[in-house]
Amino acid sequence: MNQLIQFDISLILPEIFVLSMAMAVLMTGLFIKPSLRWIMFALSQFTLLGSAYLTYQHFNHETQFAFSKMFVRDGLADLLKIMSYLGISIIFFYSRSYMKDRNLYCGEYFALVLFALLGMMIMISSHNMLLVYMGLELLSLCLYSLTALDRDNQKATESAIKYFVLGALASGFLLYGMSMIYGATSSLDFNVVSAVLLNQPTDHAILVLGLVFVVAGLAFKLGAVPFQMWVPDVYEGSPSSIAMLISSVPKLAAFAITVRILGEGLQSMMVDWKQMMLIMAVLSISIGNITAIAQTNIKRMYAYSTISHIGFILFGLMSGTLNGYASSLFYVVSYMFMTLVSFAMLIMMSRKNFECETLDDFKGLNRKNPWYAFLMLITMLSMAGIPPTIGFYAKFMVLQSAFDAGFSSFVVYAVMMALVGMFYYMRIVKLMYFDEPKLKNKLDIPMDMQWILSANALALLVTGFIPQTFMEAATQAVVLSLH
Amino acid sequence: MIEFKDFIFYFLSFVLIASGLSVITSRNPVTAALSLVLAFFNAAGIWILLQAEFLAIALVLVYVGAVMVLFLFVVMMLDINFDKLREGFWDYLPMAGFIGVLMMVEMVLVFQTKKFNLSSFSDPISNISNTEMIGNTLYSNYVLPFELASVILLIAIVSAIALTLRDRKDSKKINSADQIAVKREDRVRLVQMKSEEKYIKPKVKKKT
Repeated sequence: MNQLIQFDISLILPEIFVLSMAMAVLMTGLFIKPSLRWIMFALSQFTLLGSAYLTYQHFNHETQFAFSKMFVRDGLADLLKIMSYLGISIIFFYSRSYMKDRNLYCGEYFALVLFALLGMMIMISSHNMLLVYMGLELLSLCLYSLTALDRDNQKATESAIKYFVLGALASGFLLYGMSMIYGATSSLDFNVVSAVLLNQPTDHAILVLGLVFVVAGLAFKLGAVPFQMWVPDVYEGSPSSIAMLISSVPKLAAFAITVRILGEGLQSMMVDWKQMMLIMAVLSISIGNITAIAQTNIKRMYAYSTISHIGFILFGLMSGTLNGYASSLFYVVSYMFMTLVSFAMLIMMSRKNFECETLDDFKGLNRKNPWYAFLMLITMLSMAGIPPTIGFYAKFMVLQSAFDAGFSSFVVYAVMMALVGMFYYMRIVKLMYFDEPKLKNKLDIPMDMQWILSANALALLVTGFIPQTFMEAATQAVVLSLH
Repeated sequence: MIEFKDFIFYFLSFVLIASGLSVITSRNPVTAALSLVLAFFNAAGIWILLQAEFLAIALVLVYVGAVMVLFLFVVMMLDINFDKLREGFWDYLPMAGFIGVLMMVEMVLVFQTKKFNLSSFSDPISNISNTEMIGNTLYSNYVLPFELASVILLIAIVSAIALTLRDRKDSKKINSADQIAVKREDRVRLVQMKSEEKYIKPKVKKKT
């Protein structure tokens, strides 16, 4: 018994480390002077480094279970967790000066982000619907309060309330669906659920009702049409650094639970959920790309661009093959790095008492800062999916797997919609390179942000030349984790 | 012939549904909150019928004893015009009613299936009490979600404080950065007026 517990704890060590360090950061924040706040920053970065080490040390391609099979460690979980640490670490670097200018550089910010990371880790590693729900609530609660952290900002408060109410509704949907599936199969464990569905004929009506609710809940968390209403409002209302957090890393966790619930637990109901996914994917790509054209607020434009990217991720998922899951995994990770740069540009150009929010703010960036205009160019090309960048390869793989699964006409449609989307990405390029500058002041950017931003954006270009290595890693993780 | 147990079940369910309806239709928020308390009591009664005494007691203790009392405090303390909040309640009725009826039909169709037939569930036969059983599984099989629930509560506390705690208004602490940043416009207001013009008594408006 004792050994068993030891084994369980050795598997969950990264989570325990993140939890205790989050509390340590919270306590440190209470007792240090405002001038010593870099300590919290250093502690948070140390947390991410330490948990990355702990995860890497146990990096195991075997699937291992802990806590009565609720918690799982496999290649997929470890890969996604390490990517989440990397994403959160970059977010801390990017948001440092922004949060300082807005008086939000406090202990609660770091602690809540670390707690959110814990929630994502739990979601990524969950092998039981109960644990999925716990992780999801942990993550969502942190995100709701982070959105409202700038509490004197009326817009932020309003968007937090919207996010909270709609998020609670979606959690309710998810729970209701899970309870239906529990009613039909008498289990919440993914393996048991899929075994029961395969071996014993159960009532299809109950399962379909449960599935509809589960898919609706997941779609809300991913931000797919028709559950996308919250995305633009929350992006627009929340501070740019929080919007960066909401749009990037949690998508990895949402991807993980979608694959685990639908691909693992409800595998034998693929025929049913494939159709729902198809409708959502097609709608997300078209509504996302077409509505983004009409936006003048750049954060809202990013929001609709996120929705269209989610549509592409759903294209990979709905093919229902291991190859499809792997290409979606590849897409969601590369999407995370793209969206980090795109929001970092907004943060970089914002000043104290000035938010870079409209498209006009990008006018003539090349005249003042040619290097950053070039980095933004790479990012926009990558988001639009132009060949030498990683974004092209990601879109290509996702559409190829959907094509192999027999959705050829929808693939043609998706490519056409990607062409429509090209318009608003290229409009930013046009504004940067061919228009007269509107803002006169020179940007002054902290040294660490300059380096990390450049590395992050150049990585989008460089990895585009050698995508096979990363695609192989993604395929390996998926193949070993979901058989 | 209806058995006594069935009679109690139907009675409790009827009051439960009636009080639930009263929660969403009553104009006075205090009445609504008290109706919710009544609904909780009836739900607890139904759970006792199902021999889930722990859940019943927990419901009464936690929801009626703590949550609803707090809620009543909030309703009575805050000066909210609930009539304004309720505006448009009936306007949304056609749409909401349509969706509600649709959901109800779907659910009835699903719950009619054999799987949810009561006869497929046998009475649990065991000598261990409900409370002991829940305790045993909660701290063994479900220890991880249980601990995570405590983390969620911690986050709720942290974010509630982070979002609401402000400096005390009567505090004499001075922020020197704010003092330096003050501009003339913040403190002095220059008003232009003609000096020679006589002060004219404003006409008293007649009520129309």
